[in-house]
Amino acid sequence: MVNVIQQLFNGLVGGGFLALLALGLAVIFGMLRVVNFAHGAFYMLGAFGAYLLLTEAGVNFWLALLVVPAALAVVGMALERAFVHRLTQLDPLYNFLLTFGITLILQDLIKVRYGNQSQPYSRPALLDGSVNLGLFQYPSYQVFVLGFAIVLCLLVWLLLTRTRVGMIVRAATERPELTRSLGVDVGRWVTPVFGFGIGLAALAGVLAAPMRAVHPMMGSDLIITVFAVVVIGGLGSIFGSVVAGFGIGMAQAVGNLYVPALSQTLVFILMAVVLLWRPTGLFGREGVLT
Amino acid sequence: MREVTRRSAAVLATGTLLLSACGQGGPSDDGGEISNGKVVLGLINDQSDVYAELSGENSVEAVRMAVEDFQEDNPDSAIGEIEVVDADHQNKPDVANSKAAELYDQRQADVILDVPTSSAALAVANVANQKQKIHMNVTAATTELTGESCNKYTFDYAYDTYMLAHGTGTTVTEKGAENWYIVYPDYAFGQDMESSFSTAIEEAGGQVVESDPTPFPNDNFSTFLVKAPDLDPAPDVIGTMQAGGDLVNLVKQYNEFNLADKGVDLAVGLMFITDIHSLGVEAFSGVTFTDAWYWDYDETNRRWADEFQERTGTRPSFAHAGNYSAALQYLEAVERAGTDDSDAVVAELEGYEFDDVFARNGKIRAEDHRVVHDAYLARVKEPDEVSEEWDYEEIVSTIPADEAFAPVEDTECEMG
Repeated sequence: MVNVIQQLFNGLVGGGFLALLALGLAVIFGMLRVVNFAHGAFYMLGAFGAYLLLTEAGVNFWLALLVVPAALAVVGMALERAFVHRLTQLDPLYNFLLTFGITLILQDLIKVRYGNQSQPYSRPALLDGSVNLGLFQYPSYQVFVLGFAIVLCLLVWLLLTRTRVGMIVRAATERPELTRSLGVDVGRWVTPVFGFGIGLAALAGVLAAPMRAVHPMMGSDLIITVFAVVVIGGLGSIFGSVVAGFGIGMAQAVGNLYVPALSQTLVFILMAVVLLWRPTGLFGREGVLT
Repeated sequence: MREVTRRSAAVLATGTLLLSACGQGGPSDDGGEISNGKVVLGLINDQSDVYAELSGENSVEAVRMAVEDFQEDNPDSAIGEIEVVDADHQNKPDVANSKAAELYDQRQADVILDVPTSSAALAVANVANQKQKIHMNVTAATTELTGESCNKYTFDYAYDTYMLAHGTGTTVTEKGAENWYIVYPDYAFGQDMESSFSTAIEEAGGQVVESDPTPFPNDNFSTFLVKAPDLDPAPDVIGTMQAGGDLVNLVKQYNEFNLADKGVDLAVGLMFITDIHSLGVEAFSGVTFTDAWYWDYDETNRRWADEFQERTGTRPSFAHAGNYSAALQYLEAVERAGTDDSDAVVAELEGYEFDDVFARNGKIRAEDHRVVHDAYLARVKEPDEVSEEWDYEEIVSTIPADEAFAPVEDTECEMG
């Protein structure tokens, strides 16, 4: 039993990454109707950003946790202004291809500089070792990652429900035309929201650096699962993406325990089942894509 | 979303087709002792992806070193000009297939060396057989090259899954780690390694408590790591068959869960020195694995490694040294035969015994074209034992050439 609880805990930690990535993807999709394929690449850049700051400037993990997401959010905004926004009036496929192309370019740029290898990145000294969680010992860093992911998701939730900006974003997500006709300038929020979503991906990347391989392909390996998470949660549903992120994380951990051979496909089986039962995903609405 | 995905898949598929452009065949041989008046050594390998560091362009450089060394040692050689050509197969069998045809036919390669990725290697071996040209494989792990899929023109040079499994599996078990928990990536290489390891462990008197396939690629191994100490009986060692980025993930998380302190050691199925270099020696210290060659094993190796470093800026992996050796042995066989005619060179290679910088007690078996040589059981050093960059391995023991590889009686190879 303890074992199962510990596995569920493992799943929550893995789910934290999925939730942060899915959240950013959901916010961007909600506001722009853009499926951002480059999300995984920015997750990867987040990890490499932390590595670069450490090796080139001696900047530690904690500072990197602030600096890297902020810097990449700015890059994201520039990207939105320069490219993404020119294609939003066209078929979604164009932006899908654009962001896919950006992913390939970013991955290859990193490969040119660092080769197709993992780079070393250590845990912050403060979080070395493990903590006693009552039932079992658990690595401190992973406990931190889980706590951080949960707090961050809650903060975003508060931001969206309790502030004026959040209200506008939600309104624009649900009824863009109506919001516009009420005199709200939806357009000016598009770029910051894109940057914010990218920043979340970068943040997940920085968090991943000490516990996962800092590798040019780390994002593309993960992004497919994140897409499945977003679809299960319901396209454009912010709440759904977070719940599905943690849920899928736990499902994978338990799947690994009982049917390891199936765990890779488990998320897609779940996706198929959810779509059969609720074609809009767990928390999605009808007509998001029309 | 679904619509978008479907159409993207169509676009991607078209792109893939465009990328896998084909080479065309053409006439090559014009008879004579050395065809075209020159010997052409070709390499096909991965120059941009996962295996680029451990072999890649630096293997091409290693082959150039072999050419220079050969010419220096044989100033009166009958071989006139020697040319080195190479191609990137991106680890795709279809690309490897067309590149091999292109190298043999258009660029007049007499031999193709290297070829990492088992599926790509089998494709090249097939082309070699059709065109009756030689392929000396260095970097692919599959035993099939010298087993079911063997042919008269293909040789397997550096290592295979049997060598890795019997080196690490047998030795670690005999040293007292009897209970194993194996985790392996769920694809051909991982499955092959899992079965080779299980056989080796059981033959040595140990047991595999459990073995789990893991997703590939995978970034979260905590399920398997947490479960390990609670297995019954508790495993003494986790044998991981992961490679590349997945191996790094697993090792990072193995360290996080402090399994070494819980009495569960880690043995790695396949590891290159470039893996240790990329993650730092701390992450791997204490890990046991089998190496086909190590640059700091003795003075001979070190001298060669120094020269290699001067030319490439980095220390050689066993793949680099293996390519050097294969090129050298090929050239010497051509020299002995007095021709680059494939059948004559194969006859010279078969049964040949030699020692060079890579292969100690080397022998090219005529029965299955397995090149046997000494292999090494290595342990990754502790950080305070490291005295210079790339000083990562302690060679624990040497596995004699005739024990390192599968016995020739067991081969499934039938030379046609």
